[in-house]
Amino acid sequence: MTPNGKFGVIGKPLPKVDAVAKVTGRAIYADDMLLPRTLHCRILRSPHPHARILSIDTSAARRIPGVQAVITGADLPIKFGILPVTQDERALEHEKVRYVGDPIAAVAAIDEEIAAAACDAIGVEYEVLDAVMSIDEALVAPKDEPIQDYGGPHNIHKLVALEFGDVESGFTRADHIREDVFFFQGSTHLPMEQHSATATYMDGRITLWSSTQVVHYVHRALSKVLELPMNRIRVIGAAHGGGFGGKTDPFAHEMIVCKLAMMTGRPVKCTLTREEVFYAHRGRHPVLMWVRTGVTRDGLITAMHFRTALDGGAYGSYGVASTFYTGALQTVTYDIPAYRFEGCRVFTNKPPCGPKRGHGTPQPRFALELHLEKIALDLGIDPVDLKQRNFVKAHTRTVNWLRVTSCGLDECTERVMTASGYRNREKRPGHGMGFAISSYLSGAGTAIYWNDMPHSEVQIKVDRGGVTAFCGAMDIGQGSDSVLATIVAEELGLQPADVRLVTADTDTTPIDLGSYSSRVTFMAGNAAIEAGRKMRGMLIEAVAAKMKCDAAAIEVGSGRIGDFSFEEASVLAEGRFGTLTTAGSYTPPKIAGPYKGSGVGPSPAYSYTACVVGLDADARTGLVRVNKIWIAHDVGRAINPLLVEGQVEGSVYMGLGEALMEEQAFRKGLHKWPSMLEYKSPTFLDMPEVETFIVETVDPEGPYGAKEAGQGPLLPVPPAVCSAVYDALGVWIDEVPVTPEKIVEALRRKQKGEPARFGPARFPTIPYPPTIKVEPPPKDLDRAAAASI
Amino acid sequence: MLRLPRFKYLRPKTAREAARMAADLGPRAMFVAGGTDLFPKLKRRQFDIETLIALDFLPRDIRNGSIDCVVGAGVTLAAASRDEHLTQSFAGYAEAAGLVSSPPLRNAGTVGGNLCVDTRCNYYDMTYEWRKAAGFCMKKDGDICLVAPSSPRCWAVSSSDTAPMAIALDCVVSLTGPDGERELPVSALYRDDGIEYMAKQPSEVVTSLKLSAHRDTRTAYAKVRRRGSIDFPIAGAAVAIQLDGDRVVRCRIVLSAVASHPLEATAAEAFLKGKRVEADAIRETADIAAKPAKPLDNADLSHFWRKRMVRIVVEQALLEATTKTPGSKVKLLGQPQE
Repeated sequence: MTPNGKFGVIGKPLPKVDAVAKVTGRAIYADDMLLPRTLHCRILRSPHPHARILSIDTSAARRIPGVQAVITGADLPIKFGILPVTQDERALEHEKVRYVGDPIAAVAAIDEEIAAAACDAIGVEYEVLDAVMSIDEALVAPKDEPIQDYGGPHNIHKLVALEFGDVESGFTRADHIREDVFFFQGSTHLPMEQHSATATYMDGRITLWSSTQVVHYVHRALSKVLELPMNRIRVIGAAHGGGFGGKTDPFAHEMIVCKLAMMTGRPVKCTLTREEVFYAHRGRHPVLMWVRTGVTRDGLITAMHFRTALDGGAYGSYGVASTFYTGALQTVTYDIPAYRFEGCRVFTNKPPCGPKRGHGTPQPRFALELHLEKIALDLGIDPVDLKQRNFVKAHTRTVNWLRVTSCGLDECTERVMTASGYRNREKRPGHGMGFAISSYLSGAGTAIYWNDMPHSEVQIKVDRGGVTAFCGAMDIGQGSDSVLATIVAEELGLQPADVRLVTADTDTTPIDLGSYSSRVTFMAGNAAIEAGRKMRGMLIEAVAAKMKCDAAAIEVGSGRIGDFSFEEASVLAEGRFGTLTTAGSYTPPKIAGPYKGSGVGPSPAYSYTACVVGLDADARTGLVRVNKIWIAHDVGRAINPLLVEGQVEGSVYMGLGEALMEEQAFRKGLHKWPSMLEYKSPTFLDMPEVETFIVETVDPEGPYGAKEAGQGPLLPVPPAVCSAVYDALGVWIDEVPVTPEKIVEALRRKQKGEPARFGPARFPTIPYPPTIKVEPPPKDLDRAAAASI
Repeated sequence: MLRLPRFKYLRPKTAREAARMAADLGPRAMFVAGGTDLFPKLKRRQFDIETLIALDFLPRDIRNGSIDCVVGAGVTLAAASRDEHLTQSFAGYAEAAGLVSSPPLRNAGTVGGNLCVDTRCNYYDMTYEWRKAAGFCMKKDGDICLVAPSSPRCWAVSSSDTAPMAIALDCVVSLTGPDGERELPVSALYRDDGIEYMAKQPSEVVTSLKLSAHRDTRTAYAKVRRRGSIDFPIAGAAVAIQLDGDRVVRCRIVLSAVASHPLEATAAEAFLKGKRVEADAIRETADIAAKPAKPLDNADLSHFWRKRMVRIVVEQALLEATTKTPGSKVKLLGQPQE
């Protein structure tokens, strides 16, 4: 920032620093890697959803000419998993398979066809076990045995029961109480780029190039599974073709190529097929939800009780966190004075679910928004008014101890109300508008594994050759490299293109925890500001000494520091201080509440979004056509408004896919359509016009006030679509995707005088544990904390 | 990634030469024109072949007569959808060609290829590994139908957009076999079987498609698919109708994606013949047309809903064909945003 308070590059719609490389095909993606003598790897996967492995015979595969190595679970027996509490995956299973697609054996061969033929030649004897394919089936005693050997009863993985404040008296105080049941179907990330990894082993060191969102977590998992110290492993994030949460776990193929490289002494590469990407999954959990809310006559919430049941698939993945997330963020948009949450995640014989854009929060957001719409109808209050009356206020603590700082809910709502004309919309059959809001984290307040270290670290080196910034953050297409370059450029008075970046390489960059939970701009951004300001200080000091003036008088900007060009200033500074390196780091504030599970939900800041969907819905066919979406997003400060709009539109796109068509569906134990043709995701032609409004609330702790933009804007889209369908046709579709057949069925029920809805009939009985009662935070908690600093 | 199998690639110069190669090589050889359906299927190992015989010699011109129009089988679907004569005189055909898949695939896919396109089923159009896990079906490597396990036959679905229109227009294809040429009405080109879905000899090459119609014939094609691009039809109706004033002189209604072959709605055609083109008549015709359609649970969305949509597509195609400015047109799923 220049002394007059104006930004040099912050807030400007500059092109991404890697845009040219990507659009001209010159960026090196993981699958572009082809080192000399590379062997190609294919993985044999389970054809059964649930089976014991009796024997594996690889002898025929080994005899095929060109096959260099065949490995099974016995070669990689150590279990791993993203969360320390659920280390339940093996790179290759040799005892038991838990979903169709579970990896069993891997082959390295001189080409991929030979590797595939060798996989087909591996003989596996199974004892087929009864498959558990739904939440209901997982809740009863299994016919054979549970899917995992932990958790329980039956196939329950995780149970949570928390109460904040006095829920019972909240309901007693209510003038009206309503209960609803909703279902949010699972979906997958569908990145354009399939997962791909290449490993080499030389001089006792492994190097892995991978399409991953989290080089650091892959580094840790490799060290464990390969039994090598971390200093013998280097993980490099290749140019990235899309993650959306789907590349946030360490994956079997990453372990496998490393092991095969160690065994063969040659580089080994594995690129998953599209079908295998559907099996790697870690996508949106299907969630069944029950919600009961008490309100006053005026629509003010007095108490809420929220229950969720998550269909987790076969392994833990992020599931424990996902379970808590389905109950965490209800309170950061609406002021809920008493809140009870009961969550349950079950194991099923499907590819494991995990984090997908919005991780665990789009499902409850869907239920909550529609539930409040229905309450508003019950009370005869406009749903927008009812929601607004309950909006949280900036700089408050929620009943479950979440610290809200900046909050642009009111402004976001007004922006989309005005632009869409929602309040004065023409009421005609077949045409509808729907409104919803949401919020999301700007980075998780706690790391995946407990430690006291910073969550992000940035180093800056300046010399005659220019500026280089080092950071472990992985640009997954969201533009984190551009944000880093922009921030460093801002502090040093340069342009983003002047800053060379070294990122996502565990050998050369300081640790950043990775691209998940919308954390990079906030955390790496703050670390970059710290490193940048230290460097700026050194440059200014050297220039001030040369100019014999006060440091405060030195202006920085337009490539100059005081009277000197940046390069001249760097020569002066290096002469004065020696090697010019600075470092910055970011550690989130310790704001989690005093209860078990409080680590999920806290964030240094929350983004806020409001959205209106306008659509046509046809009563005869059930067909829905979304015409326009108005969306306003409180991003705190747009470091690059072009990137923010891109993230908002991308979120809308993904939200519409989940609202209208995407479905991770199964038939007879198999994924029903693991292909990009049959798994329906919207095309350009299905995408309506999107009008995006950026709202800037300038968060006190964000870098220049910035918050997240990549996930929150997805959340309001599915409920707003359903509200708009109700507005158009008078039927509630209480589950996604909203397919035409569901609308036709809801209309048929309406005509017959049955409840005019399509959705789950009931919520199952779940053996939740005794509820842990948590005292709400004292009203002046953060003011007291701020005063003590 | 999925790789193509190894195969020999032959490039004959004439249709006769191609047919002879196919006759010599037998079932382990296949023709390839645009390859838009064939290559993904080869990657999924849905065909076991040793040889591909390229049909890139096929004519790529559209010859217009006074009423006839002869479209070379090598004409791309993109070219057919844009051709001036076709869009004027055989609008429904151009429309159907323009609704196949996506722009890149229409740039490669051909008129002949779309007539011969393999039947589809979501138990069949899967990778080798998936089909092995599911248990192979009778159309490839297995001996039962996974959609209707008690059925002795295969129920894969005819998914050509242009074939129903070609039948509605009484089109004729020219076929070249190893020993000579012959013409065959497109209506005789198909069989009601998911596996042996074509009535021509496997060695015969489709070389051209002849469209001819009475000057007053109006045509339209309506298609339902999930998205605005890419998808195969899950219900479709091709209509060719000849009017005398507002009275129907002749009418052909052929459905796509509801059976293993393009299904002609003969009862509906008979019903509408001689009637005035009015909303009630159209609605009733559509109801009758939908009756023989028997979609099964082997394509996108539920078969109940697809059955319901057959009525709608027939009605829409009839309305579009009979009115210059369709007023009550339903916006169908999968049609581009306006």
